[in-house]
Amino acid sequence: MVTTFHYLLLSAALFTIGIIGVLTRRNIMVILMSIELMMNAVNINLIAFSDRLQQVTGQVFAIFVITVAAAEAAVGLGIVIAMFKNKETMNINEIDLMKW
Amino acid sequence: MNFLDLIWLIPLFPAAGFVINGLIGKRIPKTAVGVIAAGAVLLSFIFSAGAVYQLLQLAPEARSHTVKLYEWINAGAIPTTEGPLARFSVDWSFLLDPLSSIMILVVTGIGFLIHVYSTGYMHEEDGFYRFFAYLNLFMFSMLTLVLGSNYLMMFIGWEGVGLCSYLLIGYYFHKKSAGDASKKAFVVNRVGDWGLSIGIMLIFVTFGSFEFKVVGEKVREGVMSGAFHAGDSLFFWIAIALFIGATGKSAQIPLYVWLPDAMEGPTPVSALIHAATMVTAGVYMVARSNFIYQMAPQAMAVVAVVGALTALFAASIGLVQNDIKRVLAYSTVSQLGYMFLALGVGAFAAGVFHLMTHAFFKALLFLGSGSVIHAMHHEQDMRKMGALWNRIPITFKTMFVGTLAIAGTPGLAGFFSKDEILWQAFSSPHGNKLLWLIGVTVAGMTSFYMFRLLFMTFFGESRVDHHHVEHIHESPKSMTIPLIVLAIGAVLAGYVGLPSWLGGSAFERFLEPVFEPLPIAGATEAVEHYGAGAEIGMAAVSVAVALLGFTLAYFKYCKRSWEEQREIKQYGPFYPWLLNKWKIDELYDLLFVNRAKGTGVSLWKFDSQVVDGAVNGSALTTVKSAVGSSWWDRWIVDGLVRFVGGFVKTVSWPLRLVQTGYVQNYALVMILGVLVFIGYALWGTH
Repeated sequence: MVTTFHYLLLSAALFTIGIIGVLTRRNIMVILMSIELMMNAVNINLIAFSDRLQQVTGQVFAIFVITVAAAEAAVGLGIVIAMFKNKETMNINEIDLMKW
Repeated sequence: MNFLDLIWLIPLFPAAGFVINGLIGKRIPKTAVGVIAAGAVLLSFIFSAGAVYQLLQLAPEARSHTVKLYEWINAGAIPTTEGPLARFSVDWSFLLDPLSSIMILVVTGIGFLIHVYSTGYMHEEDGFYRFFAYLNLFMFSMLTLVLGSNYLMMFIGWEGVGLCSYLLIGYYFHKKSAGDASKKAFVVNRVGDWGLSIGIMLIFVTFGSFEFKVVGEKVREGVMSGAFHAGDSLFFWIAIALFIGATGKSAQIPLYVWLPDAMEGPTPVSALIHAATMVTAGVYMVARSNFIYQMAPQAMAVVAVVGALTALFAASIGLVQNDIKRVLAYSTVSQLGYMFLALGVGAFAAGVFHLMTHAFFKALLFLGSGSVIHAMHHEQDMRKMGALWNRIPITFKTMFVGTLAIAGTPGLAGFFSKDEILWQAFSSPHGNKLLWLIGVTVAGMTSFYMFRLLFMTFFGESRVDHHHVEHIHESPKSMTIPLIVLAIGAVLAGYVGLPSWLGGSAFERFLEPVFEPLPIAGATEAVEHYGAGAEIGMAAVSVAVALLGFTLAYFKYCKRSWEEQREIKQYGPFYPWLLNKWKIDELYDLLFVNRAKGTGVSLWKFDSQVVDGAVNGSALTTVKSAVGSSWWDRWIVDGLVRFVGGFVKTVSWPLRLVQTGYVQNYALVMILGVLVFIGYALWGTH
């Protein structure tokens, strides 16, 4: 029997993988993918509680998250392309324009 | 073994093949990739055959078996137009009944032969494993489509086959034309899928269920109790929305434009996806929803008219095409038109029958054309072929059988199914003499362009490039054996559905439980009855027309070899229109594609001129107005700030090292901070 606890465990694992990906990877694409992982971990959380509390709100919210994630991916990829055109690199270490 | 309860395994075998080949296919030998892919489909075929055999042992009324794996979606209560709340609940379940039996046997049987053929045809290609992984993914999606017991499962399969079609059309993605063709197929299919999803949503809000059987029962009950009437506008709109989906997937007017371009994919893909199986998904879906179409006579008329017009239109383009695969592609569109004509006149069984026989002979013709292309070193232009019949004898013989079958030669598969459709178009209460006339005309055209293809390729003078002449060779066994098996199928497949004057169709009786007519008042009245003589007469007419097409083709392309000038003269002013596909692509470019592009460009212009202009303008104003305040700023404010800044700078140098400019460092600090807060919240409060 799959209980809410299992969903939360899966979600926590996904979220942790996402965080580790964002923190340790150097390729922007992989970082974007890791962010998607984190968003989907959140989605699983929302759905799990929606199921537990028998309320549709969580699912509706998850659909909003998916929509936002799609927009985020579009904007993110746009930035990556613009960045690549300017710097010809996908390595995040070489993009440090925010430094003082 | 009880195969009936194991039908959920049928789609799972190719899925496993897809996972294995997709993950490690690059590292294992090509033979192993081929064996895994073809073996998975063979297993599916064995399980399908076993399940269908056991289904046949049951009484005709009991031939419907549902296997529910688990409840897939359960999202609480939702109001429907009928008033009471319905639970939005969807099962991951499979349904085996006569209709899905036929579909899975066609999909796995022909799919297996094409997998075997592909091991020979694709042997020299890069990305061999990628091809087979996609092909197996396709088999999984297609089997989910036809085995799913509800509209949502079907929709998953529907989108899955669309994705695989996209991936496989763009298999040679380094060619721009292939990439463009795959995008076109995907976008055009999206338009259709929009209609299908609207239809499915309408079905749910009307009946409160996605299950085919539940919806069918509700319609039947509604008719009995007088809640629903034939011709209700609700049914009309559901039927039309579903049919928009079918026009996309099954390449009917107005969304057929992607299928001819889909020929950019490898030939086995054209045979499997774009001739035998995927494109018939629309036919399957309409046949599956027959209870809705029966309630919407106007929608049936739309289906029949669109089908007949598509058949005629595509056949007219097929008359003059010079690319061997494009002729077959237009032929496929035309034959799909036949199937929709049958569905539209209420002869659902006849449509599905033609679907099955067409799968045999069109897969055979495509694989045969692939064998020709293989022999000719990737030459697809029939203008550069000719006199090949004794160079590649097996290919020639099997293609000859396929051509005879599609042209409607008595005794072969195409004859039985096509005549059944023409007869139903003529005699059914939904039929019309005009539809029959179009059907017969198309039969003649089909015979003409198919024999033109055969004669241009295999007879006449050789127009082969003299560099290639010595290298023409027959294909390997892995390719010729599937051809031979399919040729046998193309001869024999028709005998399960004999016309009523030869003892009646076993195929139709088998499908009867699925296509049971609804008890609609007045539907059975006013049916004209014809004797067996009329039906035989009809068959004679279509054979005569096919013979006429053959004779014309024989004199134009076999007696005298093909010449471009003669062909141009023959069609006169129509020739450029036919050759350029009635310029429909250009029309769509003008109407839709360029509109979309134009909107994009004008939005960009709006952005670069109005938005940027406003930003630049406000910036300029700010700059101008800032001159005055600049003095004050520079000397008084800056002086103060510089003093403070200098002070802070001297005091704060160690902190500066923290700001590295790497986003990831900041993120790490942020996450550590969050962890500290969490820790405090958990343990720090007491």
